[in-house]
Amino acid sequence: MKIDRRSFLSFVIGGAAGTAFTPLPWKLTDDSAIWTQMWPWTPVPDYGEVSYVNSTCTLCPGGCGITVRKIEERVVKIEGLSGHPVNDGGLCLLGLSGAQLLYGPRRVKTPLKKVNGKFRRISWDEAIGELATKLADLRAKGGSHKVAFIAASDQGTLPELINRFLTVYGSPNFIRTPSILDSYELTLDLMHGVQALPGFDIENTDFVLSFGSGLLDGWGSPVHMFRANSSWRDRKSTVVQIEPRLSNTAAKSDKWIPIKPGTEGALALGLAHVIIKESLYKKDFVHNYTIGFEKWRRPVVDGFSPDIVAKITDVDQTTITDLARKFARASKPLAVCGRGRGTTPGSLKEFMAVHALNALVGNLNMAGGLWTIPDADYIDWPELEMDDTASTGMQKGRIDGAGSQNYPHARYLFNRLSEVINSASSPPIDVLGVVGSNPVYTAPDTLSTKEAFEKIPLVVSFSSYMDETAEMADLILPNHIYLERYEDVPVISGIKYPLIGLAKPVIDPQFNTKHTGDVIILLAQALGGFIANAFPWESYEACLEETLGDKWETLLQQGFWLNVSFSPPSWAKAFETASGKFEFVNDQIDALPRFSSLKPEGKEASFPLVLIPYDSMRLQREFIGNPPFVIKTVEDTVLKANDVLVEISPDTARPLGLKEGGYAELSTPKGSARVKVHIYDGIKPGLVAIPAGLGHTAYSKYLAGKGVNINSLIGPVEDPASGHDAAWGIRAKLSKA
Amino acid sequence: MSTLDDQANQAVNAETSEAEETAFQVNDQRKGSGGYIILFFILGFVASLIVGWVIFPKLLYSQRKQPVEFNHALHNGEVDEACESCHFFREDGSYSGVPKLAQCIDCHEEVQGESEAEAKFVSEYVQKNREVPWLVYSRQPPCVFFSHAAHVKKAGMECVECHGPIGESESLKPYEQNRITGYSRDIWGANIAGLKKNAWDRMKMDDCVECHRTNNVNQGSVQTHKGGCFVCHH
Ligand code: SF4
Repeated sequence: MKIDRRSFLSFVIGGAAGTAFTPLPWKLTDDSAIWTQMWPWTPVPDYGEVSYVNSTCTLCPGGCGITVRKIEERVVKIEGLSGHPVNDGGLCLLGLSGAQLLYGPRRVKTPLKKVNGKFRRISWDEAIGELATKLADLRAKGGSHKVAFIAASDQGTLPELINRFLTVYGSPNFIRTPSILDSYELTLDLMHGVQALPGFDIENTDFVLSFGSGLLDGWGSPVHMFRANSSWRDRKSTVVQIEPRLSNTAAKSDKWIPIKPGTEGALALGLAHVIIKESLYKKDFVHNYTIGFEKWRRPVVDGFSPDIVAKITDVDQTTITDLARKFARASKPLAVCGRGRGTTPGSLKEFMAVHALNALVGNLNMAGGLWTIPDADYIDWPELEMDDTASTGMQKGRIDGAGSQNYPHARYLFNRLSEVINSASSPPIDVLGVVGSNPVYTAPDTLSTKEAFEKIPLVVSFSSYMDETAEMADLILPNHIYLERYEDVPVISGIKYPLIGLAKPVIDPQFNTKHTGDVIILLAQALGGFIANAFPWESYEACLEETLGDKWETLLQQGFWLNVSFSPPSWAKAFETASGKFEFVNDQIDALPRFSSLKPEGKEASFPLVLIPYDSMRLQREFIGNPPFVIKTVEDTVLKANDVLVEISPDTARPLGLKEGGYAELSTPKGSARVKVHIYDGIKPGLVAIPAGLGHTAYSKYLAGKGVNINSLIGPVEDPASGHDAAWGIRAKLSKA
Repeated sequence: MSTLDDQANQAVNAETSEAEETAFQVNDQRKGSGGYIILFFILGFVASLIVGWVIFPKLLYSQRKQPVEFNHALHNGEVDEACESCHFFREDGSYSGVPKLAQCIDCHEEVQGESEAEAKFVSEYVQKNREVPWLVYSRQPPCVFFSHAAHVKKAGMECVECHGPIGESESLKPYEQNRITGYSRDIWGANIAGLKKNAWDRMKMDDCVECHRTNNVNQGSVQTHKGGCFVCHH
């Protein structure tokens, strides 16, 4: 017998024929089909009991109620809470993606200490012990005022605990990160004489006049604004958007008025001019409840006639006159300001000019108007007892200069921090705590911010994520994320009622993290004496429960506490100025409308264009960076692969020889970057618009390295009236690359 | 010209006859080895039958032991509500499936009886508060949606109709896992040809369909009907 090729073939054929009579081919086909349906790397939630936990989203100041769907002990979905006064079931992209922040790759999983430039794990006891020793030493040397904390809010128990700690320790340096709240608070302080939050009865307005506010791009409480937008549509209200770029808000408005950026305040005064000249203002209010109208009116009438304003703003005269008439004749008009998402405080005089329009039409504390909402007052802790060290420290004056002779009105001046640190010969801050914020990324002028942070001997980050600030920190004491912790959230984003939300743990902490409130209490206890006495609670949770008192149960059950019976004070009682009236002029800040637009930084000769940032719901520019799901939604006219696209008008592109999608070098006095060009009809010639919220260097690979951080190209511009950052753009140059 | 053509034809003829000769030789050989060829065919045929019916099923499944030994029959005698005592429906109507540790702890906080499995269960799981990683024989792929409530509560079916007399078993059989799909052998059924004697021998889609057809219920969810796919698949 010879086994040759033919017998082999015969064997194979026999085998093939035989196989057809076995289950093998059919079974394999079936199994491979099932295998393809069940790729092992496709995430599949576990089987188990479904439950829902109601809580509050704290990813932005919006204050939305959420209901978190869990399967056993895993969060699988976050939905908007129906019936919640802010969002009534709605949710934004970021809120929806919260599970990715919980399980995503960039959590800080345990306390970390930087040793020789590298992070090393340490225990909580070591971490708190080390920080307490450092603080005790510094205090003993009389350096208590050299400790500062940066936080995103100054309301609620956590910020109050930090502030209390600083006070009794002996430092006045609690710093809130900037936003339009700074300017609105100041406006209300100077014109109404009250310390209050602005509340907008915006859903009942029938004529919204927005001076560049990104009403549908993340301004105020974003989801609330979306709901307001539907109510405007239903009630046929008019929305007028004044801004140099056709943003989402502008596109959805009834009228878009492209304006020369930075001149919005002048336009407001131009409208006031027409309203006064044509006697369209609310006489009852203006004559009986205001003071200084005559004094204010003169320069407005003389200096802001439509023809003058048209030249300043690039808005033509008839548009100005028309707009003024329509605004004043509407039954519930409302003017709002604060550009984009409202992350930059802006020019105080601009805010006051816009607010004066509200006063002229008499909408203050009226339906559809602007209401003053008292600050939350439920935190009523025992008086502090302080030792001499603390009192001396508290008298040293704030490091950012807020409240000093130069900046008497500002409460916090975060924007001055880098400059103060960088210009000092020895570091004015020895220990800096950073809570719920990411200043290294969010502060304008990234280079000098980094320089300043490097100069601070001990930076302590309380971030749950390895963000840009955490990366630069010497010590990271990671907080639980919002889904793992309790926190009361007094809503400060323009809701018209006093409202407190409660974030509560929907799941056990996933890592070795600790509530920052508990860390502060532990630190105080470690320091002992008066400091420890100021914190009689055994834990943050105990403190919270005690502080909220009878609101606690409501908050636990309902997720929010709302003062439904609230109505803003009537005109007779609303104003607490010296005169008891609304003040059009305020001599303290020379608020007469000698309005001149704040110039952007840089010389026109070398930087012929002007760069402006823009916001959208798809890009987060504050503490929380875009989770992977959100970054996926960014259009490719904004971000293509890792390149950011800047918008310019065809008229700007032509002489520069720039083509759609082509590369260009974008430079400003602060830095330069390689960008792609998107030619867009919806932007005024001479401008370059860049999306804010990109260009992270930290977080995960899903976010880092994508695009350019606007803050690396722009610097703060100090508002002469308040000291806050009023930069709305910067001079720039674009050249083909 | 014609001369050239002739030459060419001759050349072609010569080549043809050479080729024929070779063919004859081959045929001779074929005649000689014809029996072997059939033999090899049969060998291949038989070998593949053995591979397909015997070796393949052995290779396809890996055997895994359950983490803890369990006696259904014993438990069944102790509880009041038969299967539903442990495999119950939650308040929202969803089916709880394999019990969680919390339920076991109700009775097994302390070691009961003398069995080794019990001691292991208490020390390894109860005391450490660890869930037992039971291997679920009837676990369907995640793309399948199956409502126990619809079948048990609404249609009044008995557990045994799909799961067989598992409640009477005294030990847990090894869990056989399909190496390709990762799923339990019980879905396809123990018989590699997919044949079944009892309704509970297999749990493939065809088996769902068969039962729905026989009982003439919810035929809309059977694959032949439009819109039926997403009743059971997602
Ligand atoms: S708007 Fe803000 S608070 Fe509301 S869901 Fe989005 S991130 Fe959360």
